[in-house]
Amino acid sequence: MTRRLLLGNEAIGEGALAAGVRFFAGYPITPATEIAEFMARRLPAVDGTFIQMEDEIGSMCAVVGASLAGVKAMTASSGPGLSLKQEAIGMAAMQEVPCVVVDVMRVGPSTGMATLPAQQDVMQARWGTHGDRGAIALCPSSVKECFDLAVRAVNLAERFRTPVHLLADAEVGHMREVIDIPERVEIENRRRPTVPAGDPSFQAYAGDADGVPPMADFGAGYLWHAEASTHNARGDLASTDHVAAAALNRRLIDKVNQKAKEITFYSERRLDDAEVVIVSYGVSARGAAEAVEMARAEGIKAGLLTLQTIWPFPAHLIEGLMGEGEAAAKLRPQGGCPKAVLVAELNAGQVVIEVDRAVRGRASVELVGRHDGRILAPADILARIKEVR
Amino acid sequence: MATAIMHAKDLREKYLVGRNLPTIWCSGCGIGTVISATMRAIERLGLAQQETVFCIGIGCSGYSSRYVNFDATHTLHGRALPVATGMKLANPKLKVIVLTGDGDSMAIGGNHFIHAARRNIDLTTIIFNNGIYGMTGGQYSPATPFGALSTTSPYGMIEGDFDAAKLAIAAGATYVARSSTYHAQQLTDIIAGAITHPGFSVVDALCQCPNHFGRLNKQGTAAAMMRGYRDQCVRVGPTDGTAGEAAGATGESAGATDGGSMPVARVDLDRYEGTGRIPIGLLYKAIRPELTAEYAKVREATEASEA
Ligand SMILES: Cc1ncc(C[n+]2csc(CCOP(=O)(O)OP(=O)(O)O)c2C)c(N)n1
Ligand code: SF4
Ligand SMILES: [Mg+2]
Repeated sequence: MTRRLLLGNEAIGEGALAAGVRFFAGYPITPATEIAEFMARRLPAVDGTFIQMEDEIGSMCAVVGASLAGVKAMTASSGPGLSLKQEAIGMAAMQEVPCVVVDVMRVGPSTGMATLPAQQDVMQARWGTHGDRGAIALCPSSVKECFDLAVRAVNLAERFRTPVHLLADAEVGHMREVIDIPERVEIENRRRPTVPAGDPSFQAYAGDADGVPPMADFGAGYLWHAEASTHNARGDLASTDHVAAAALNRRLIDKVNQKAKEITFYSERRLDDAEVVIVSYGVSARGAAEAVEMARAEGIKAGLLTLQTIWPFPAHLIEGLMGEGEAAAKLRPQGGCPKAVLVAELNAGQVVIEVDRAVRGRASVELVGRHDGRILAPADILARIKEVR
Repeated sequence: MATAIMHAKDLREKYLVGRNLPTIWCSGCGIGTVISATMRAIERLGLAQQETVFCIGIGCSGYSSRYVNFDATHTLHGRALPVATGMKLANPKLKVIVLTGDGDSMAIGGNHFIHAARRNIDLTTIIFNNGIYGMTGGQYSPATPFGALSTTSPYGMIEGDFDAAKLAIAAGATYVARSSTYHAQQLTDIIAGAITHPGFSVVDALCQCPNHFGRLNKQGTAAAMMRGYRDQCVRVGPTDGTAGEAAGATGESAGATDGGSMPVARVDLDRYEGTGRIPIGLLYKAIRPELTAEYAKVREATEASEA
């Protein structure tokens, strides 16, 4: 274990390296640039590769190419760049190529406020590329979590053969904290085919029991086709085959969404008897945690659920918050439903839509949001707690 | 180099995915000719099938992803080159061949094209240049000649066109050659030369789209269009390894074979400007630092300094 003072963005780089990322392609953009600079310095020394591409979609494509060659790959950008990457994120999802897409969020729309934090790309991460698919997005709220969730993002990408979003924000990305970096982290590698190269039974896109097909590296002799058009289980282009399309789309959705519980990471604070629950993530969860303590000091029963996984949306946790379902035992051991749920986020209401949908009228759900480049102050959140209690 | 000529049937069996044949291309389409020239070049060079990979763009030529019996990725419109860039950097041992259309490479993928050339990364890019958007039904492309008809230039093309070879040379490609479906033997030769060349190579493969370009521009049958290539094209410069026929111009050797940046072959393309004649053969060749080799040096240096 080594103790280091790191920038959030650097911790993302350290986490990625620890998890085995050996290829990075990117294009400079505030507030994500430090990740590219870190990778440019560090990758060649560990037999990895860095390249600055001509734009963000090119970076995303290069990452897909590297991953097809068998190398764990990552790119990083901010909102405008994420917009440009979208078509190729869909390609990664369709071809089922593991990779990590970091978005250090800044204020939009468009060029917006380049240096200032936002959490406005939550829905873009989910729905930004066209078509249906299951999406995975993780959200760190500290430098330590930047490291930990970068590791998890790489592992999830490999496990599910899909692009995984790491949604940081300008505040967390540019924050400096002391963290302990473990000597070793748990690493997950994509499963390779069990049949040898040349075996006629090999089907590149036959999802096995859990819907995730084993993946051969390009160059390993399997002679398979990574196909971005609709394809059958063999990987043959089948762009007018309705049966193949239905099966493929279903699998791309289910292989992720049916594993929502396995993909869910979160932390909680004083939820068991909370009458007002804040649901938050990223930098906003830091202000919310303080607001909870301030409320408690005044005798108000407030609690906090911090989501580290945003997608697939952990609806089962919200169910637990309502005192129902499996997660209730952990979150609300005495059962019972809070009176109000506040969703604290730096946007005009994105995760609140999902929370509201999961609460299904059992408590009032309100947004504590802002989208002006400032972060949510504990006092602002406290004021809202007092309003809704 | 293996020299034995393989029969078409054996070539097909070895290099194409039998279950997906026959191909879906229109009868008389030139794409198949370019694909078989590519396979012949691969056979002649004796490339290992498992270390040869295809990165393929979107368009009629993109449909070849169904047929090539290699590791292949069928990507996005215009984006085969950045995918290939990542793949080659991640595993420089792979021979990466990019199949792309004229629109794919020079319109939507134009930025990637010039930057791949600038980087001089060891990729072989074959442009299936039919001067039109075949797949989407005959709209104009950046290679549609001035005045030509397309469904989106129904009154004639009023924009200038890109010469793929000039564009590639200006951007930094180090092997640039052109041929046509009429000149299938030469096409095979220059594709082999392109694959062998240690740097970014571009083959501008003129290939007829009788279905759209031919029909809209009343050029007659596919055979007539190929005769058009015969009549318009002039062989210039050396085909890699063989002497050029030097019709009108020769590949002028600058004599620099020592790894310097001087071109070892260069045809004066401006000479053909406005003549209606199309120079074919090896048009440009130079040896310049190649990206993956340069990056290997960076790795060595950083690994040494870390140690
Ligand atoms: C982003 C995007 N825009 C547009 C298209 C539609 N499209 C498919 S192929 C094509 C043009 C292909 O022309 P070219 O590259 O010359 O290939 P050809 O079909 O002539 O071989 C277009 C516009 C697409 N697939 N993706
Ligand atoms: S439309 Fe043109 S390019 Fe496409 S297959 Fe038919 S002839 Fe070939
Ligand atoms: Mg075309």
